[in-house]
Amino acid sequence: MTGTVTSSGPLVLVVAVFLASSVEMVEALTIVLAVGVTRGWRSALEGVVAALVTLAALVALLGPALVHFVPLSALRLVVGGLLLIFGLQWLRKAVLRAAGLKAKHDEDAIFAEQVAELTAAPPSEGRAATGFVVAFKGVFLEGLEVVVIVLTLGTTSHHLGLAAAAAAAAVVVVLVAGLIVARQLSRVPENAMKMGVGLMLVSFGTFWSGEGVGVHWPGADLAIPVLVAVYGAVAWALVALLDRRDGHTVTSAVGAGGADHG
Amino acid sequence: MAEGEAPSGSRPLVARWIVGFGHFWWDFLIGDTPELFVGALVVVGSVALLCLDHSLRTAAALVLPVLVAALLGASVWKAGRKRPS
Repeated sequence: MTGTVTSSGPLVLVVAVFLASSVEMVEALTIVLAVGVTRGWRSALEGVVAALVTLAALVALLGPALVHFVPLSALRLVVGGLLLIFGLQWLRKAVLRAAGLKAKHDEDAIFAEQVAELTAAPPSEGRAATGFVVAFKGVFLEGLEVVVIVLTLGTTSHHLGLAAAAAAAAVVVVLVAGLIVARQLSRVPENAMKMGVGLMLVSFGTFWSGEGVGVHWPGADLAIPVLVAVYGAVAWALVALLDRRDGHTVTSAVGAGGADHG
Repeated sequence: MAEGEAPSGSRPLVARWIVGFGHFWWDFLIGDTPELFVGALVVVGSVALLCLDHSLRTAAALVLPVLVAALLGASVWKAGRKRPS
């Protein structure tokens, strides 16, 4: 039976959710640090907690509802399609960044921009409220993508709890790392992480959309790591091709952690 | 802003939520890569047609990743033709 993810699936699922959540939380943390530095830590942390509680409530409400009220085959087809589109977007951007054709995400620049905006805002009125709202929006909006990933991957594989736990672990890890590295978030190898997430989302998306339309996968869910490897090879080849076409030295390997250090 | 046009802040809360919800899904699914959205639908739709013939369902396991990889390659190549600013 190919309907359940039984062996390799949970590990790939945890890695995919953890990496996706980490990337989004690094982006959120940049905003929170900027709020904390300029508007005070109390309002920033209140905004973070409120956003995390709201996001957790969304997962708790929508996850069981999806599982109970949507037929599994339809859920797999829709979720597979969503993951395929979303994953292709991530992978495309990561390939273009690795090939030097798209600007890398610069957390230092984003931090400086946020600080400048918040410092320029009127300092006296609504100081705490501004900090709360900016921190809440930053975490909530970045977290929404995580919620979609947790819900889609978690419900389709019947591992919603595991997916939610992986996302929660990523939040804790990024928070601790954020406290340690403070404002040096540009050191996080974000492009390599996005490449990994993109590969896994496209692989899950291919697998489940295939299941939804009746594809017979040889080896059932063991096809997932094979798909990850195949798409990884394709991404590497694309980066190499673009590098060679533009006359660059092929240095930006697909999985290179230093891709974001520029 | 044109005269008579209501500022977004004066819209009812429900309308703002609906617009925001629509924006989120538009950005999430389409954004600046409509070719990936349309391409993914075409790829999955084509494989669904292939799978109508039960004898081709195992072959479809090969066709689907190949089509997805081709879609990614085409989108990346299209973007790569524009030099970075």
